Amino acid sequence: MPDAPGLELIRGEIEQDHPGAVLDTSFDRGQAALVVDSAQALGVLRWLRDAPGQGYTFLSSLHAADYLPASPRFGVHYELLNRDRVERLRVKAMLSEDPKIDSCVELFPTAEFQEREAYDMFGIVFNGHPDLTRILLPEDYVGWPQRRDFPVGGEPVLFTYNEGDRG
Amino acid sequence: MRDRQLRARDMLRGDLEGEELERYVEERVVMTNFDKMLNWARSNSMFPLTFGLACCAIEAPISLVTARYDLARFGAEALRASPRQADFIILSGRVSIKMAPVVRRLYDQMLEPKWAISMGACSSSGGMFSNYAVVQGADKFMPIDLHIPGCPPRPEAVLYGFTKLQRKIQGNPDPGWRQRYNAAGTEEWARGGPRSAPSAEALAAYEAARELVNA
Repeated sequence: MPDAPGLELIRGEIEQDHPGAVLDTSFDRGQAALVVDSAQALGVLRWLRDAPGQGYTFLSSLHAADYLPASPRFGVHYELLNRDRVERLRVKAMLSEDPKIDSCVELFPTAEFQEREAYDMFGIVFNGHPDLTRILLPEDYVGWPQRRDFPVGGEPVLFTYNEGDRG
Repeated sequence: MRDRQLRARDMLRGDLEGEELERYVEERVVMTNFDKMLNWARSNSMFPLTFGLACCAIEAPISLVTARYDLARFGAEALRASPRQADFIILSGRVSIKMAPVVRRLYDQMLEPKWAISMGACSSSGGMFSNYAVVQGADKFMPIDLHIPGCPPRPEAVLYGFTKLQRKIQGNPDPGWRQRYNAAGTEEWARGGPRSAPSAEALAAYEAARELVNA
């Protein structure tokens, strides 16, 4: 796990090859994270994978999140792992409404299904993905159920506290 | 016992005559109609579909055929792997909206007469899964004959429910709580349409129960 100064060193090195790519860093509860510009996320991931001395060759997880009141609203999180030093690094790409980001399947083939799941649940479009279709929900499902503005769903249940609402 | 054996022997020898013969026949012959006999045979030889949806499947189809609960006692031990050969289906678990068309197809593939048991809170009402992925009650997309409450119901509860289904097949459905609360006539039998009149047997059973309570 890179510590806070180590994270700043990584940021400085990325800044030489990809100027302006890293927007912010955070080191919270032992977890190092880089917040990157979504247009350059693929370049940063490639650099972390291939640059000498980095070697984050393993994508252990890719997932999305919806921080609704905040703006930009969506986050795509890449959890990278250096398997020699057993160091983990999180890369966050923030996206606003109508989210689109480049697919990283060419770098990490494991991302194929995980990007499909992020698309299924959050409607995040991954440009260049070989087969961006729904993976868990039925093909004809309408809506992105894990978004925060999606209704919780189901049916209203009649409890004593709300029985007056329905007559 | 010995007496009856001797009389059976006399009967076979042709020694029984007159009043004796009348009583012998009366004791051993049951008059009924063909429908009742057919339903009696049906209810005691049910083929369940080998089918599980979620965690309730551990309690019902899997536990019930083990030696401890032994569904064979009720004549339903022959689990069929094909819906074409099955008589009833137990919906054991939540039905997701992606699974619902599959369940409906399985039910449609079963041959008449067929029955369906909705087991547990999830398949009856959606249970704790009030969300985008789960159908809120399986009777939204297929007819259900019997609901068994519980999360999950114990295997004994499923057996009890199965005996109720047997009574329903025999045309004598259990009035259950309606006996206690004087609510005869409020039944919604799935096969007779909503709010249809209860069968003569059910009414008779209800009247008998009410007399017992009032006495």
